[in-house]
Amino acid sequence: MAVAKQKLSVPFDYDKYLRKDKLPHIWCPGCGHGIVLKSLLRAIDNKELSKNDLCMVSGIGCSSRTPGYVDFNTLHTIHGRAFSFATGLKLAKPSLKMIIATGDGDAMAIGGNHFIHTCRRNIDMLIIVYSNAIYGMTGGQFSPTTPIGSIATTSRYGNVEPPFDICEMAKAAGATFVARGTAYHTQELERTFTEALGHKGTAVVEVIDSCPIYFGRMNKQRGASEMMENIEKNGTVSVKQVDKLPAEKTEGKLVRGILHRVEKPEYCEQYDKLIVAKATK
Amino acid sequence: MAAKKKLMQGNEACAEGALYAGCKFYAGYPITPSTEVAEIMSVELPKRGGKFIQMEDEIASMAATIGGSLAGLKSLTATSGPGFSLKQEALGYACLTEVPCVVINVMRGGPSTGYPTGPSQSDIMQAKWGTHGDHPAIALTPAYVQEILDETVRAFNLSEKYRTPVVVLYDEIVGHMREPITIPEPGDLEVIDRAKPDCDPEDYKPYDDKHLIAPLAPFGEGYRFHVTGLNHKEDGFPTNDSEMIDINNRRIMQKIDDNIDDICKNDESNLEDAEIGIFAVGSTSRSAKFSVNAARKKSIKAGLLRPLTIWPFPDKAVGELAEKCKVIIVPELNLGQMVNEVKRVAAGRCEVVGIHRVDGEPIKPAQITELIEKYS
Amino acid sequence: MADRYEIRFSGSGGQGMILAGIIMAEAASIFGDKNAAQSQSYGPESRGGASRAEVIIADAGVDIDYPKATAIDCMLALTQTACTSYYSDVKKDGILLIDEDEVTDIPEGDFKVVKYPILRAAREDIGKSIVGNIISLGMITELTGIVSREEMENAVLSRVPKPFLELNKSALTLGFEKASALKKEL
Ligand SMILES: Cc1ncc(C[n+]2csc(CCOP(=O)(O)OP(=O)(O)O)c2C)c(N)n1
Ligand code: SF4
Ligand SMILES: [Mg+2]
Repeated sequence: MAVAKQKLSVPFDYDKYLRKDKLPHIWCPGCGHGIVLKSLLRAIDNKELSKNDLCMVSGIGCSSRTPGYVDFNTLHTIHGRAFSFATGLKLAKPSLKMIIATGDGDAMAIGGNHFIHTCRRNIDMLIIVYSNAIYGMTGGQFSPTTPIGSIATTSRYGNVEPPFDICEMAKAAGATFVARGTAYHTQELERTFTEALGHKGTAVVEVIDSCPIYFGRMNKQRGASEMMENIEKNGTVSVKQVDKLPAEKTEGKLVRGILHRVEKPEYCEQYDKLIVAKATK
Repeated sequence: MAAKKKLMQGNEACAEGALYAGCKFYAGYPITPSTEVAEIMSVELPKRGGKFIQMEDEIASMAATIGGSLAGLKSLTATSGPGFSLKQEALGYACLTEVPCVVINVMRGGPSTGYPTGPSQSDIMQAKWGTHGDHPAIALTPAYVQEILDETVRAFNLSEKYRTPVVVLYDEIVGHMREPITIPEPGDLEVIDRAKPDCDPEDYKPYDDKHLIAPLAPFGEGYRFHVTGLNHKEDGFPTNDSEMIDINNRRIMQKIDDNIDDICKNDESNLEDAEIGIFAVGSTSRSAKFSVNAARKKSIKAGLLRPLTIWPFPDKAVGELAEKCKVIIVPELNLGQMVNEVKRVAAGRCEVVGIHRVDGEPIKPAQITELIEKYS
Repeated sequence: MADRYEIRFSGSGGQGMILAGIIMAEAASIFGDKNAAQSQSYGPESRGGASRAEVIIADAGVDIDYPKATAIDCMLALTQTACTSYYSDVKKDGILLIDEDEVTDIPEGDFKVVKYPILRAAREDIGKSIVGNIISLGMITELTGIVSREEMENAVLSRVPKPFLELNKSALTLGFEKASALKKEL
């Protein structure tokens, strides 16, 4: 697409999209959520989207606080239900450009059912899952993406539940664009978001994110930078390299990049094309 | 004249009323005995530029309904007991964020799955206290098919006017029975639309406390504002300022309290000289009216107070009734919900007795008559 | 007419008892100038078990308060089960119309019983057992006089699809005529 091959989007004017008077944000020092937001704002700028059309909806959690800081139409809802509020908004006003900010707990636990049904409908919205493998907001309980063995305040002996693969889930449920990025690979993430924003249908981007305050501290990753290093070195491998690398280098790693992209009829368009057309004949 | 008269089912009349009021959005999940409302809306809305969506559950339905309303469309959802329970958290969200919407609850017996096909009036208290926290509650209780249409229109009007969700409660008997009704022509009934801001988008405050009820801008039309279920200040953003929290929490109650006469509505029969008062809603109030008429034939001074607005509770009317009657009989299809409210208001001024039934059968006129005769 | 006139249609699921109730209510309140309220037993019962619909009729402008039957003026029973379960609300001097092949154990009471092989007539005379409810409507119209023949005919015809107009018309006429003869014996 028309993504400029910029080397670094350094002097980027974030202020034009932020509600500056609502800053500072509530996130802890070293939290990955702000980095994700910056990549998103650059992607929005790449796509030259209008603030009046942009609508950001979230559930509850640290990540779900994102809408409060951006100068769009913004809706901070209840835990797990952002998808459903957003579905109502989008169907009622298809001109809105929907972005959902949700956490791994918000999207995969309490909102899991809404998540899969949103993907199934293929309604036009970008879902960003800030995936930090922990319930940050409530103080570090394990989430549906916490790895087996990890420590959380409700898994002091190590988590025994196998984690969800968010991307596999999204794909299986019918999302037509599925990607994974990280809060470390910020430019790649910007490119992924840019592609996702250009996609028609449900786009899910899981962002491997860091909660140094809870996940980090409880799991012997002593600081924000150590967590980032972990994401960089041990956590993921690019989809472009995964087939070229020897198995021992990819084992246990999450694959980054655009993992799935297909063209399928979008919900609101189908509504007009099939239902309204028949009803008004 | 004859052309406008139609034999309609209660649930059909509800959908008809919603459409008359200008409803353009419906999100719901099927549940007996409310499903006909969804079925009709799914056919009618797409014909009229509206949107219908069947969501994955009632939580999602309530959430989508609020979303539809924030996009500027008058929005409706309909359900019954278990679904009403699931909607509660989002319903509270609509109360605090002041998003208009209408929720129909065709009550069924409970708890749990209960008795899906039998009449019940066991969600009277849930309609008031179902969601957590203090919050405004408006709930209407139509008892006739024509009234379901009229009250659904009124529900939308109150909701738009006061920027708050409005619940319409009726039981399976009224929901499924058919009566001849007159379908109003455009203009016959008042239709109120929410106030929209005319200020500069820069100056817009969605919870401006200069107004008791601030205008609400639809999303996507240049007013970029924030909506949150956290306690917020005038501009819609979260606040920890206890004074602000207090002001806002009291304001959303006050907008109802200050307008109680506009919101409350009662139907009274034979109350002028009544010594035995009956307080009833829905199908039960029809049994009560039957008994009152029978009592009057025997020269027993019985009368009926039938609220069409059950929340806010008709304290004034019940107080007047308590002044003049020796007893107020409260028949209801539950084990005692409204009766305690009547006792609260009567405050010892007269005796208050309930008639309660939870076997899935209506309260028969004979049951009420027996008690009327006992007190006569 | 008294304050209210109560009719109950009973049979088994699939015999069109609810439709009969709706048509009766429309004959009275839409095609006639009376008031009416129609209700039905709802739920698993209506899926094959005993099924019933009730219509309360009142003069124009008279409110129908309690919408269910209290003292029935006329009840139809197309099956034994329905008859046994529901006949007890029929009032003194009321009419109990039964299908004489189906209801063999005829309840006793101070009401009048009218017997006719309704379903057999539908099958053999009209050729479609489905119109048993329409024959019944014709009979009840004639037996009770609560609506006129014309009002009933208009109500029936407004509810049936075009290709079945004639069929239903003959069923209704059959009902009128049979009841007219049987009425003399009452
Ligand atoms: C119905 C309900 N249950 C529980 C909570 C408490 N709660 C708030 S945020 C949260 C978890 C958030 O975790 P996640 O979505 O991963 O977001 P993060 O804070 O990690 O960004 C929970 C359990 C709530 N707000 N509402
Ligand atoms: S608790 Fe964790 S997720 Fe929440 S702001 Fe702090 S670091 Fe971020
Ligand atoms: Mg999390």
